Amino acid sequence: MSELAIELQGIDKSFGLVHANRNINLKVRKGTIHGIIGENGAGKSTLMSILYGFYQADHGDILVDGRKADIRDPNAAIAAGIGMVHQHFMLVENFTVLENIMLGAEESQILNAGITKARAELKRLEKEYALEVDPDAVIEELPVGIQQRVEILKALYRRADILILDEPTGVLTPAEADHLFRILEQLKAEGKTVLLITHKLREIMAITDEVSVMRRGEMVATRTTKETSVEELAELMVGRRVLLRVEKGEAKPADVKLSVKNLTVRDSRGVTMVDDVSFDIRAGEIVGIAGVAGNGQSELLEAISGIRRAKSGTVLLNGKPIDVTGHADPAELRKRGLAHVPEDRHHVGLVLKFEESENAILGYHDDPKYRKGMLLDIDAIRADAEEKIAAYDIRPPNPRLKTANFSGGNQQKIVLAREMERDPDVLVIGQPTRGVDVGAIEFIHRRIIEMRDQGKAVLLVSVELDEIRALSDRILVMFAGRVVGERTPDASEGELGLLMAGVEGRKEAAE
Amino acid sequence: MSVPHAKLPGWAEYGLIPLVNLAVAFLISGLVVLIVGESPLEAAYHMINGAFGRGEYIGFTLYYTTTFIFTGLAVAVAFHCGLFNIGGEGQAYIGGIGVALACLSFDHTLPWYLVFPIAILGAAFFGALWALIPGWLLARRGSHIVITTIMFNFIAASLMNYLLNKVFKPLGSMSLETRTFDAGGQLPKLDWLMSIFGLSVGTAPFNISFLLALLAAFGVWVLIWRTRLGYEMRTMGHSPAAARYAGIKEAKIIVITMMISGGLAGMMALNPIMGEQFRMQLDFVQGAGFVGIAVALMGRSHPAGIIPAALLFGMLYQGGAEISFEMPSISRDMIVIIQGLVILFAGALEHMFRPAITRLVLGLSPKTRNVAATKGA
Repeated sequence: MSELAIELQGIDKSFGLVHANRNINLKVRKGTIHGIIGENGAGKSTLMSILYGFYQADHGDILVDGRKADIRDPNAAIAAGIGMVHQHFMLVENFTVLENIMLGAEESQILNAGITKARAELKRLEKEYALEVDPDAVIEELPVGIQQRVEILKALYRRADILILDEPTGVLTPAEADHLFRILEQLKAEGKTVLLITHKLREIMAITDEVSVMRRGEMVATRTTKETSVEELAELMVGRRVLLRVEKGEAKPADVKLSVKNLTVRDSRGVTMVDDVSFDIRAGEIVGIAGVAGNGQSELLEAISGIRRAKSGTVLLNGKPIDVTGHADPAELRKRGLAHVPEDRHHVGLVLKFEESENAILGYHDDPKYRKGMLLDIDAIRADAEEKIAAYDIRPPNPRLKTANFSGGNQQKIVLAREMERDPDVLVIGQPTRGVDVGAIEFIHRRIIEMRDQGKAVLLVSVELDEIRALSDRILVMFAGRVVGERTPDASEGELGLLMAGVEGRKEAAE
Repeated sequence: MSVPHAKLPGWAEYGLIPLVNLAVAFLISGLVVLIVGESPLEAAYHMINGAFGRGEYIGFTLYYTTTFIFTGLAVAVAFHCGLFNIGGEGQAYIGGIGVALACLSFDHTLPWYLVFPIAILGAAFFGALWALIPGWLLARRGSHIVITTIMFNFIAASLMNYLLNKVFKPLGSMSLETRTFDAGGQLPKLDWLMSIFGLSVGTAPFNISFLLALLAAFGVWVLIWRTRLGYEMRTMGHSPAAARYAGIKEAKIIVITMMISGGLAGMMALNPIMGEQFRMQLDFVQGAGFVGIAVALMGRSHPAGIIPAALLFGMLYQGGAEISFEMPSISRDMIVIIQGLVILFAGALEHMFRPAITRLVLGLSPKTRNVAATKGA
């Protein structure tokens, strides 16, 4: 028996020209919660994928429980006692909890005996780790927090001693996240080892025993959590000092620029996603919409920006109506002064296969200044892209580089530069810093506040409560398609959390 | 985190990989020839000699190349917009109506250089019309373009059968074809082009529509990479969600793209009708529309790739005919097998050897190694 649950020795992995992991050494002690933190693209996910057998390391060894393990595929990882809870759950949506847990471990062609056994085992696990789930519930009807529990049960059912969780709290409410942390504590108490991958410093401080920091494919430091600080970790992640708090002055709200009245939006299945929502945004203020992902924020943004047709309601832009229930034209809305930074920059805001300069004109490509006769003026387009690259410090500064080859933060800057440089009246922003590295977050936040100070009306949607609280002048909380409350940014996290969870919370309840 | 794709240098991406794929296809073709009991080397000799051995053979090869450039471009244009137009066959077939109408109307009265532009417009118009309907059905009703274009091939075949029988066939004639056109409906051969290289075109129907095909290839390049329409088409092809976000009118672009695609396919009809037969016959397309799919795949939907890919298939057609002529135990069907293997390896299994080649190329070259090191840092 070894002290260490996992030891990685000199792990090295390249994808073609990208050196994703470089000589990684890591020691994870048994029965601890070990955090792995790093910016997006630092190589955390690659490292965990190697540990779970999705990729093979080019060099280096993996030791599990002191013995060298040859993990060539996920089955080998499971056999070695490693379980993984993925960022995007690997569950069959229309199967029951029990069926999902059994999947791949049925043991025989005839299911009956296996089901009985699995049910008994599931009962035992639920008791032991306080993980209550109804085994006969269908996955798609369960909230995400519970789905995640099913993923954990799945790993435990396969007798995992080491549990890897990849960004587990991205989809959870603060309350659900707290519950998850209690489960992890319980697992630790039962002697399991937990590897927690995250980019959220607060979670690391709250729950881990030790933390390792990755930066650009390298493991730069390992610290005992108690002996480190958020500031130190942030500095290690980025490689320089970072300002975690955004500084901003008082808002000076002026005229109403965007007015939403009784907006109702249904999705393609006819489910009401936005339910009778009304609010106004004035020039010179940032209104943040807080909420757990999937509570109608995305549909709200899409309806306002003309991408998705609304069922009913009105939206006024600069006092004039947008045809949200009919054929609102995103191109026309841009001309009327509405800029939109979409939530999903990979599929919506950018065309990853385009070169940078081509993305720098997306949506504005019919501007005559990009045209020369009947043809596109490639020189003008590239010159324009170069100006934006300089102004937003986009790296590498090459307008001809394929967009997919930029980091998440730089991709987001491409979108922001495009939308902000047009001097819009209203700026609608979804998830401005999702998948963006800490260094770029600072820059993006400063830009958003600059926009406000220039007298733009800003609508901000983010699932990061910290971000909403740091930037917004007013916070609206959405739950199940409705705005369930409005608060000032100094409202406590507990209060906002309760609202986000659908509990009509008051301050007293939160304390 | 997404898995970064290894990037190969251009010569490997566009040269080495297609060559390896081709080599494997020919190797397996050789095995098939061997099984039949013939010498693969002899077959290879006849193939190459039959395609390039004499001016006349080259003329035939380029004649087929012309046809495949048109149909390849047609598939490529639609592909840039994310549309898989399988209907080149039918669109080319219907395009023939435009050519035939132009020739039948004006061949007595106008010289070829005036009939030709009319025929081009006619071919493009009818081809575009035949592609417009599936495009419209997709834009309006969401009907799957692959299904509709395939079905429209069958409809085109039946329709042409009817038209040739009832409309185009001269009274008293037994064969399903129009009358033979007069001088105004006959395109001049490219003798002068061949004679620059000291070759004679002989009986080969290598005609001026070859130059039109090259012009069309350049036009497609300009369209796709240098116009706003091309930009919008590519945006839609890569990401429909981004196109919607950008305010691009999806339905409009789909319909226009399909019409351009169908128009290019239709222009293929000029080559056999005005360039070779001087009449419109039953089934004159002879599968060229389908070969266009393979050409576009091999040429990576880029005009600069489509021209050599079309040349390759022109060579297979012409050289293949020569093999079956010289080696009686190898039937024409064998040629279809060889063509099929090329399509299989160059198209469908395009990425089969990529990982191995990537490892080899990136592993061998010390320069790229250094790049890897600095990039990862």
